[in-house]
Order: sequence, then C-alpha cells, then structure tokens
Amino acid sequence: MNTSAADRVVIVGASLAGLRTAEALRQNGFAGRLTLIGAEPHEPYDRPPLSKTVLSGWLGTDQVLLPRTCDLHAEWLLGVPATGLDPAAREVRLADGRAVAFDRLVLATGARARRWSDPAEAALRGVHLLRGRDDADLLRADLAEAVEANGRVLVIGGGFTGSEVASSCRDLGLPVTVTQRGAAPLAGALGEVVGSAIGERQQAHGIDLRVRTTVRRLEGDASGRLRRARLSDGSALDVRVAVVAVGSVRDTGWLRGSGLTADERGVSCDAACRALDAEDRVVDGVYVAGDVARWRHPRFDTGPVSFEHWGNAVDQAETVAHNMMSEDVRENDALPAFWSDQFGLNIKAVGMPAVADQVVLAQGSFEHGPFVAVYGRTGVTVGAVAVNSPRVLDGYAALVTERAPFPPVIDALRSPGRMVPVDSRIPHPVQELVTVLEGQS
Amino acid sequence: MRIVVDLNRCQSYGQCVSAASEVFRFRGKESLEYDHVPDAASDAAVRRAALACPVQAITLATATEEISPTEAAHR
Ligand SMILES: Cc1cc2nc3c(=O)[nH]c(=O)nc-3n(C[C@H](O)[C@H](O)[C@H](O)COP(=O)(O)OP(=O)(O)OC[C@H]3O[C@@H](n4cnc5c(N)ncnc54)[C@H](O)[C@@H]3O)c2cc1C
Ligand code: SF4
Repeated sequence: MNTSAADRVVIVGASLAGLRTAEALRQNGFAGRLTLIGAEPHEPYDRPPLSKTVLSGWLGTDQVLLPRTCDLHAEWLLGVPATGLDPAAREVRLADGRAVAFDRLVLATGARARRWSDPAEAALRGVHLLRGRDDADLLRADLAEAVEANGRVLVIGGGFTGSEVASSCRDLGLPVTVTQRGAAPLAGALGEVVGSAIGERQQAHGIDLRVRTTVRRLEGDASGRLRRARLSDGSALDVRVAVVAVGSVRDTGWLRGSGLTADERGVSCDAACRALDAEDRVVDGVYVAGDVARWRHPRFDTGPVSFEHWGNAVDQAETVAHNMMSEDVRENDALPAFWSDQFGLNIKAVGMPAVADQVVLAQGSFEHGPFVAVYGRTGVTVGAVAVNSPRVLDGYAALVTERAPFPPVIDALRSPGRMVPVDSRIPHPVQELVTVLEGQS
Repeated sequence: MRIVVDLNRCQSYGQCVSAASEVFRFRGKESLEYDHVPDAASDAAVRRAALACPVQAITLATATEEISPTEAAHR
C-alpha cells in the first residue's frame, strides 16, 4: 500500500486502541496526516485502574494517563463524537457539524456500559455506571459520602467490572451486596465451576452475594436520591449507591447507513482487522481495532466475537498499522489474554475459556490458595485461568496454541492427582454467540 | 514521566517494586499496582524499574510533545 505524505489517516476513538494504532503507524514510518477524534474531552487514559486503584482510592483519575512512545504530530479532535460515516465521500461527520476527510480510516470506538433499563430509575442520584474517567469521579465522590453514612452499595451484575467494583468498595469498608442473574459471578467468561470457586472467596471478604437473583426495582426518595432496591427473591435492601455493571454495548450507532456491518455486538472485520460489508467483502481502506471489533479468531473454531480485553486492543492496533503500511496482509492470531485483580486475587486467563464445554482443575485447589483450571472444547484445549499463579500461565498458553488434546497431560508433580474434567457450565448467551464448526479438531 | 505496565505480560516478580516502591506496589500476593504518572522525582527509579523487569512489561513515555486539541477541521 502506498503511503505518500498526502495520505490522511483518521482514527475515530482516542483511547487505548486508537492511540496504539497512531503510535504504531508513526513507528512504522507513516509520514502522512494523522487525526484522532475522541468523544471524551480527555487525552487517552487507561481504563483497568478505574475499577481498581482509582475506586479504592489510591490514584486520582489524572494519574492513569497512557504514555506515548513517540511524537505523533497528530491533530486531536477531542470532546467531539463522530456522528456519521460516508465511505464513498471518504468523510467522517462530527457532532459539531464539521466533516473530516480521510484516505484511510480506523474505527476504535470501543464500547459503552449498558444502561439500566428503566430511565427514571437510572436517573436517581446514587445510580452509577463505570466505563470512563468521568464515571469514576462521580462514583468516587458518592462512595466517599456513603462511607460517612455507612450506606450499603449494591452492585448489579457479577462480571469482571462488577466484581472489581465490589472489591474496591470493600477496601473502603463499605457493606456490599452483589446480585448475579446466573449461578455464579464471572460465569459468562469463566463458567460456573470456576465462577463459584471465586464467588466463595468473594463471600469470605464479606460480600453479600445473591446468585440467581435480579433487581426488580430501584426506588428513590422525594428528592430523587436512591434509597431502596427490590430484588427478585422478594427482599428489599436499603442502599445508598448502586453500580449498574450489566455488560456493555459497542459504540456503533453512528455507523448506521455507512454500509459497514455494525450493531451492538461490534463492527464486523476479518482477522486482518479490515472492515467488512454486508456481503463479507473487505471495505477498502477501513480498519477496526479493540473492543468494537467483531471477528473470527483464526485459532478458534467459533463464530465472530469481540474481545473486551486490553491486550486485544494493543494486538489489533499493531495489526492495523502493519496492514496499512505493508503489502503483506497479516492476520492477528495472538492468543487472547486478560487479567483481573479483585479481593487480593490475581486472575489471569489465556485462550477462550468462554467457549469451553469442559473444565478441569490442573493445579492447586478451588477452596484455598492458588489454582489453575484448564478449559476444553470438543476434546481440544482452548483456554486456562490461573488464580494467584501468574508464572505458570505461559505453559498453558502453549497447550492452547498447539491445540493440545483435552484434558491435557500435565506435569504430575503439580497436578492435584486424578484429573476429572467436568461440564464448565458456561451459561447459554455466550455459547449462542458461537458457531460450532464440528470436526475441525 | 508516564508509564504503563502490560499486566498480561507481568509475572509479578517484583523487581519494579524493589526499584521504585513509591510507584509500584503489590496488592495481595500477586497483583501489581502502579501510578501511571509518577512524580518527576521518581524518574531515575522508574527507568531502573523498567530495565530490571525480566519480561519487559513496563513501557516508558518518550514523546516530547503535548497533546494540543485542534479546532480547525480539514477537508
Ligand atoms: C472499569 C474497567 C476495567 C477494566 N479492566 C480490565 C482488566 O483488568 N483487564 C483487561 O484485559 N481489560 C480490562 N478492561 C477492558 C479494557 O479497558 C478495554 O478492553 C480497552 O479499553 C479497549 O480499548 P479500546 O480503545 O478498544 O476502547 P475504549 O477504551 O472503550 O475506547 C473507545 C473510545 O472511543 C470513544 N468513542 C466512542 N464513540 C465515539 C464516537 N462516535 N466518536 C469519537 N469517539 C468515540 C470513547 O469515548 C472512548 O474514549 C477494563 C475496562 C473497564 C471499563
Ligand atoms: S518487574 Fe516486571 S514482571 Fe516484575 S512485577 Fe514489575 S512489571 Fe511485573
């Protein structure tokens, strides 16, 4: 691909994936015009600390900015969302009426936290979402008041964000209830077997964990302040703060009418991060990276998925920059990986545990101390999760890469003895995302 | 100085904590926490930490320019 100085690259979404794409383009020698468009007024910052060190009070939101590893000589249009894309005119429209022309475009608009379904309840003071810096500042201020009043925090949803928020609230000394629709926290990503093991450790830290429970109603007082939550188990809780952590939706509404295949689940692209149209044809010059990308990972026999993982944003950014600057088209086949820190537990995963049908305990014990669980799908090792044992994960990553048979053969000294794979109990919505291509193993 | 640590890569060896304990610390046994925007007074220690990390998980900022929001759109 030619990269004349007249080339204009526009990146929509000025966060991790957008920034890393810009850096990689410059490092690969891109000398053309570079524009980053960001809906948030802030320069790029790191999101993972928002639910951890920021919420628990160690760092301010101005202490999680992302470093830049080279001068970008870019134009930054911050605080103004893109509202439309015209691929034929090669133009992005902005909320303030401006239009920005491009030769090549990168979509890196990530995801938004899914809102509470009832708008009146969502508008109560004390009801929060957590995705960005501004959310974190608002929530922190409210939690500080809750500490004064010793008010209870309700976390709606026991996924990673919800669990980390619950952990940080316990650090602040607050009483915390977590409701989880399914049978265990983290079950959507890790299955109910491992999720239950982690749930027991959450309870040991004083979390009032309500599984198979939903929130029916959030009630406020006359001043519009949250006071009470009514749960599906018939109970009512006096709560001062509620954090809605019920998943996310990709930020793709602005792409309506652009001819790209885009909805709440992401923008379709191929493994080389090139956007696809409705007929699955590559849209020339349009690339996708990060949480907003929905694609088929070449190492797994599944349908298209999006990975809400920090590492995926970095990997795809590099793939986009490479493919813009080089004739040889590279697929991103880096093994998915993510971490979470909560309740003194360091949780690290590789591969795609969420598509597994079976799981086996490979090291340690679910009850106490560190453990490693390995995941399999139709007899192939597809993932692993390590709790408080980050140094052993590389070995398991190698098993996933080589598609080792499941259950894998593991060093007898380390394994807890007889390995008995059990149903991983991944709840259905995740499995439904997946198209099984049987017989490929 | 600005930094970011790739916590997928980090194996919690703790060399960074020894090198710059005001910037890096552990929560629980294995969870690394750090300030992305440490004080200039820690610059030398942070550089030592990045060099000491056995898996090169720590990225240091080398950019010299500030981000300046542009007002004029181009077309
Ligand atoms: C609280 C929290 C904790 C997390 N913890 C972990 C963790 O421990 N481990 C892990 O692996 N991952 C974690 N993640 C996920 C990780 O942060 C994301 O995978 C990563 O931020 C994805 O980067 P991105 O650039 O693709 O998207 P985002 O970071 O979502 O950035 C997208 C940007 O695009 C902007 N934007 C959206 N629409 C428009 C528009 N129309 N025009 C212009 N700009 C737009 C947004 O404002 C945003 O700034 C966490 C996420 C959150 C929210
Ligand atoms: S030195 Fe590197 S591997 Fe060790 S804790 Fe620090 S960042 Fe992690």
